[in-house]
Amino acid sequence: MATEILMPALSPTMEEGTLAKWLVKEGDTVNAGDIMAEIETDKATMEFEAVDEGTIGKILIEEGTEGVKVNTPIAVLLEEGESADDIDTASSASASEAKDDSDAAETPKSAPAEAKAPAAPKSDTSPDWPEGTEMEKKTVREALNAAMAEEMRRDDTVFIMGEEVAEYQGAYKITQNLLDEFGGKRVIDTPITEHGFAGIGVGASWGGLRPIVEFMTWNFAMQAIDQIINSAAKTLYMSGGQMGSPIVFRGPNGAAARVGAQHSQDYAAWYSQVPGLRVVQPYSAACAKGLLKTAIRDPNPVVFLENEILYGRSFEVPKLDDFTIPFGKAKIWREGEDVTIVSFGIGMTYALEAAEKLAEDGIEAEVVDLRTLRPMDTDTVIASVMKTNRCVTVEEGWPVASIGNHISAVLMQQAFDYLDAPVINCTGKDVPMPYAANLEKLALTSTQEVIDAVRQVTYR
Amino acid sequence: MAPRKSNAKPNVSADELKAYYRDMLLIRRFEEKAGQLYGMGLIGGFCHLYIGQEAVVVGLEAAAEEGDRRITTYRDHGHMLACGMDPNGVMAELTGREGGYSRGKGGSMHMFSTEKRFYGGHGIVGANVPLGAGLAFADKYLGNDRVTFTYFGDGAANQGQVYETFNMAALWELPVVFVIENNQYAMGTSQKRSTSTPDIYTRGAAFGIPGEAVDGMDVLAVREAGEKAVAHCRSGKGPYILEIKTYRYRGHSMSDPAKYRTREEVQKMREEKDAIEHVRDLLLSGGHASEDDLKAIDKEIKDVVNKSADFAKESPEPAVEELWTDIIADVAPQEEAAQ
Repeated sequence: MATEILMPALSPTMEEGTLAKWLVKEGDTVNAGDIMAEIETDKATMEFEAVDEGTIGKILIEEGTEGVKVNTPIAVLLEEGESADDIDTASSASASEAKDDSDAAETPKSAPAEAKAPAAPKSDTSPDWPEGTEMEKKTVREALNAAMAEEMRRDDTVFIMGEEVAEYQGAYKITQNLLDEFGGKRVIDTPITEHGFAGIGVGASWGGLRPIVEFMTWNFAMQAIDQIINSAAKTLYMSGGQMGSPIVFRGPNGAAARVGAQHSQDYAAWYSQVPGLRVVQPYSAACAKGLLKTAIRDPNPVVFLENEILYGRSFEVPKLDDFTIPFGKAKIWREGEDVTIVSFGIGMTYALEAAEKLAEDGIEAEVVDLRTLRPMDTDTVIASVMKTNRCVTVEEGWPVASIGNHISAVLMQQAFDYLDAPVINCTGKDVPMPYAANLEKLALTSTQEVIDAVRQVTYR
Repeated sequence: MAPRKSNAKPNVSADELKAYYRDMLLIRRFEEKAGQLYGMGLIGGFCHLYIGQEAVVVGLEAAAEEGDRRITTYRDHGHMLACGMDPNGVMAELTGREGGYSRGKGGSMHMFSTEKRFYGGHGIVGANVPLGAGLAFADKYLGNDRVTFTYFGDGAANQGQVYETFNMAALWELPVVFVIENNQYAMGTSQKRSTSTPDIYTRGAAFGIPGEAVDGMDVLAVREAGEKAVAHCRSGKGPYILEIKTYRYRGHSMSDPAKYRTREEVQKMREEKDAIEHVRDLLLSGGHASEDDLKAIDKEIKDVVNKSADFAKESPEPAVEELWTDIIADVAPQEEAAQ
């Protein structure tokens, strides 16, 4: 049957173009791949090739014509044995077919997206471990180490790779003794090549393993951020649910002490923006342990943000054989009626210290530790603010597009009528981290800033 | 370019030759149809056609065994068809429909099939190279003898992470065949203008990875080289590099103005080196098939491709609920499938 050759779309944005030149004439025979015309698009002059073989029966649009809309018939192609007399019937038939096709392309068959994001889970304030559980003092370092060792004993597919994780016993000793217990097959020193080994880790997670990728610090993971986001976080979606990336990326995040601008950045807000990722930033040893074990078992990519200064701090950790903390569950460290202080990670040290000092003056702060930033337990924050009517957020990261900004927006939208004062975000200053001791101190947030903010929102 | 044809008398059966002819023709006709649907506005965004390079994937798939894995960049339609993925599902993904491999959420550059062990479909040049080595890492860790084909182009061969991966793959003796599909142009920049070495495979020598150049317009030469590379990897000797010299007839993507090479250059390749014509000649001159036999294959392929286009047009757009699915998994899907 004779078919119409339609004005092609030759770029993602082309709507019309100029038929600059015909390179065939009526009566010419063409084969698939032969160049038939030159067409000027919004971007360039393109060659237009034949897709089918046949004879050019009629040219419908003269060369030099401008503003030819995409999908307009520009010529008629005859198959073997047909003549130009067949054209009329053919063109009406194929024109209606073409119309259907363009309708299909332009008109979405379904209504515009009205689907809503799934509702957030309700606030869960149940205790992390049963009452009366025996406790022991452990550092965050020991807790992280124990979490990995326990999970590696439980599941043979869990392995750890990173710089200095094996023979050196970990740059910050988080992987101490793992090489001795699990051997070089499962505790793997990598070359200094973050981009490459992050990608190998993601590939291994697709191949049936449960990798833990340690970054010596998260600053170095900027070399690897493409693999974390484009390869790990997006693949489940891009594959229509066929493939997930069960992998944990972990290491110290944020400022340490006097290590300068390139080694002192908090990535909490960066990674929290990415759908497909889990983002965790624990404060205590118990949370670090329970959340890392959950991270290793989670079928999704987890960004696990630790803190070098917290590594050596001791906390009470439950003595339980297998203890995990679910994602998306904040922890209320201190109850209070006057103000809600929301923080996570090392920000909790300022929050808790400020709360103690404020209590001396009769201001009772409720301190909420988010623990996981994605998914974020905003229900617990909202429930607290509905009680206190005031909120201060605390983090070490930069102020623009911060976690505090996000919480402020959520409160404004979902608890506006409960707020008696604007939410204040205590953050790191909007500067690269300076080296000088006095300046570094000023660049971070502080207990005093939190106290001042609370006084401002409580008008006391 | 490497020599035109494999010198050795081809050790190949008539049935194998016919299968290669059919598989290469399927890719070509499928891609021509995709180009046509793009022109009609049914396929949007970026669409990178594989026309001209068919012998690469068909030759290497002939060297692959059940359970081997493959991963590639964004010019991926040929790889999917060659490893046995359903043309209907591929075409429907191109049109962004429910019947597509990713239910319309991936598009031309992002399709996957754990069943056929095809791991995408990646849009960031070079990023799939460590991912492929990671798949090979998993196989070595799990103690099986599977091999991963990691395809990338001459353009990607200048990315840093490729060499980070070469280093670790060699160090850890990972069973990965690095396939450099050298079609001579990184988008519009010729190899000469972008790449310091004329033979890219020689870069593996710095890492102790053996490699060779292969005539990518000769499916039998590709298969032969593929078998050698696979045997090397499967025997535990670590990675191998195949630099397959090929040529893409069409533009980099659909919106390529093709000003960086002459029409004559493209025409010459098509007329003198075409991989499908080569096999067609072998079949006819060797008396393995008649013109009628080949016509029957042509017709069969045309039907398959037309059906895929019909399916891709008729399949509905994804339900709006799909916007919010597949963001977070409850169970890793590939682990669930393995159970």
